Amino acid sequence: MHSKKKAAAVIAISAFALAGCSAGGGDSTGGDAAAACTPADGDVTLEFTSWIPGIEDVVKIWNDANPEIQVKVQTGPNGNGGTYQNFFNQIKAGDAPDLGQIEYDALPNFLVQDGVEDLSACEDVVAAEDQFVDWAWGQVTLGTDSVYGIPQDTGPMALFYRADLFEQNGIAIPTTWDEYREAAVKIRELGGYITNFSQSDINQFAGFAWQDGAQWFSSDDAGWTVTLDDDATTTVAEFWQGMLDDDLVATVPAWTDEWNNAYNSGEVWTWNSAVWGANSISSGAPDTAGNWAVAPLPQWEAGATAAGNWGGSSTAVLKGSEHVYEATKFALWLNTSDEALTALAEAANLYPATTDGLTLPVYAEGVDFYGGQKIYDVFAEAATQVSPDFAWGPTMTQTYADVSDGFKAAVSGSGTLLDAIEKGQTSTVDALKAASIPVAE
Amino acid sequence: MSTMSIVAPGRAQKRGTATGGRAARESGISRTAAMLIMAVFTVYFLLPLWWLLVASSKETGDILTTAPLWFADFHLLDNIAELFTYRDGIYLRWLLNSVLYAALGGAIATLLAAMAGYALAKYRFPGRDLMFDIVLGGVLVPATALALPLFLIFSQAQLTNTFWSVFLPSIVSPFGVYLARIFASSSVPDELLEASRLDGAGEIRTFFTVSIRLMTPALVTMFLFQFVAIWNNFFLPMIMLRSEELFPVVFGLYNWNNQLNQLPELRGLVLIGALLSVIPLIVTFLLLQRFWRNGLGAGALK
Repeated sequence: MHSKKKAAAVIAISAFALAGCSAGGGDSTGGDAAAACTPADGDVTLEFTSWIPGIEDVVKIWNDANPEIQVKVQTGPNGNGGTYQNFFNQIKAGDAPDLGQIEYDALPNFLVQDGVEDLSACEDVVAAEDQFVDWAWGQVTLGTDSVYGIPQDTGPMALFYRADLFEQNGIAIPTTWDEYREAAVKIRELGGYITNFSQSDINQFAGFAWQDGAQWFSSDDAGWTVTLDDDATTTVAEFWQGMLDDDLVATVPAWTDEWNNAYNSGEVWTWNSAVWGANSISSGAPDTAGNWAVAPLPQWEAGATAAGNWGGSSTAVLKGSEHVYEATKFALWLNTSDEALTALAEAANLYPATTDGLTLPVYAEGVDFYGGQKIYDVFAEAATQVSPDFAWGPTMTQTYADVSDGFKAAVSGSGTLLDAIEKGQTSTVDALKAASIPVAE
Repeated sequence: MSTMSIVAPGRAQKRGTATGGRAARESGISRTAAMLIMAVFTVYFLLPLWWLLVASSKETGDILTTAPLWFADFHLLDNIAELFTYRDGIYLRWLLNSVLYAALGGAIATLLAAMAGYALAKYRFPGRDLMFDIVLGGVLVPATALALPLFLIFSQAQLTNTFWSVFLPSIVSPFGVYLARIFASSSVPDELLEASRLDGAGEIRTFFTVSIRLMTPALVTMFLFQFVAIWNNFFLPMIMLRSEELFPVVFGLYNWNNQLNQLPELRGLVLIGALLSVIPLIVTFLLLQRFWRNGLGAGALK
């Protein structure tokens, strides 16, 4: 009796062990060829993971109109809060969703790890290029002939400022960074700060460098070239270092209650931010309603028209999807059709990447919080003034972390912003080499 | 966590009354000092809870603009109503999920661990000590290290993003096995087992009618540990789940917290949600405390 039970147990355990061993296969061969873009026969169900709040309502519009291509939406935390890691895990396990939201600065990382499909075999995708602002298209083609995602939204930057305080004290709205500095001195004498310098928003700093024509990363056949410390970035870093040295900017940690209070109490007068910042101010500083206005970002040369960009995502087709044709059809609808873009604007205040989207009715009205100004006109213009030459690197999370550590040190007095950039430069090159990514010397 | 504090006051009382006289004067000073230190720590631990209560009772706009430690306009009931109706009551769904994962999962984990520990303690079989050492090794492996391998295994079984993907890993408790083994060997006398065998009861019947009753304080301890661990488990749901309807409440609140910049009305909802999610834990502890205290004393009298 005992031996029978023992035998049964041994058989059961070895069955489990063998099942575990046999399932290891099925690695993707990582081909460079574009994914085949052929329609499927019959109905298709797609899986789409996104963290846009209210995305379910937008997808419902599509599902009601397209019974043969149904989209199942999965939500979760934002990309850097866990969803990107989940994507990589799911790609490895072979059951990734068909579509995923990937921010522009994370897309090179996915490309290097072979996580997204090349969509250039789909005619509709290639034909859609003209509908987008050219720099947004550059963010998803990454300088190649392939297309790795459909641009969804952008973050053109402008100057949010306290119109009432500037008028009361007779200070002119700055149009160049030199004027910005002069205004900062006057505001400091009155006891306020012109703006808050964020130690952790490295992608905001990247937006400033982008405005000045910086090029942090570029890649060709020889590998990646990393130039975080080029002339444009050096100019920007020295400007802000000067502001820090002369105590002309507040240095409260951003996205905290303290930061909200600094704006709500009127201690800080401006914020150089992206279009989505309009909501952050109205929710974080409710007592200042009606006193704000928006102007173009200060320029480096008088009369210039260059803008920076902060944020923005694309909708990409993840590796291993079996319905590339249907996935691109949905992604194009989501990111170019008027009804989808209006729904996204209303649900989550997303600013479109298409040129037609900039003139949607939902963006044509004045906003009460900003004294009734039609703020989106400023952003629509800025959206066309962003340089298409800026590219992100494949290890932005690590670059951001290293530069942010250096910025924090600079703010507390040890080292300068430029030192932080130099350190970020070296550590990024080291990180690329450690990940066996070719670096052009 | 708070397990040690329940034992201490009992012991201190016994020592105080045993001596008396001269000891009473000395213990007056030392008792005041002890009370003072405990009061400081009590304030330290309770202050965040107080802030949570105060912040939950305010309207969203008031949270950042009024004094943080005292009430403004009292809106607690309105906030609770708003929380329960937001997005068709998804928060209640999350609470239910957490209760299912934690209470049901904890109960089954306790039962399985109790049976395993009891078997290791009371029966002799080849490989017994080796098995116990392996289980003990399992206590040392942190749950986060296991989450990714579990995900890969569940992917192959097509079980990711289901109720089972969080439930099944939760019913395994190596620490519970360890506790159960220790308690079974110390509080279940072999003579009692022999007596019940002589009376003709089978092993299973003996276990459920005799041994479990004797091991109650250990079972409650194991259940509470596992309940809190499952309730607070964050990494496993994040890796396994993609559908909002399956989230436990901790993970759901984390999601909302990440969207604060785009949906400012969530700021108040996160706070009131956090306040309400503490209540099941408090209720569980209060209800089960008396089983615990009774049993701990019973073992010491021998």
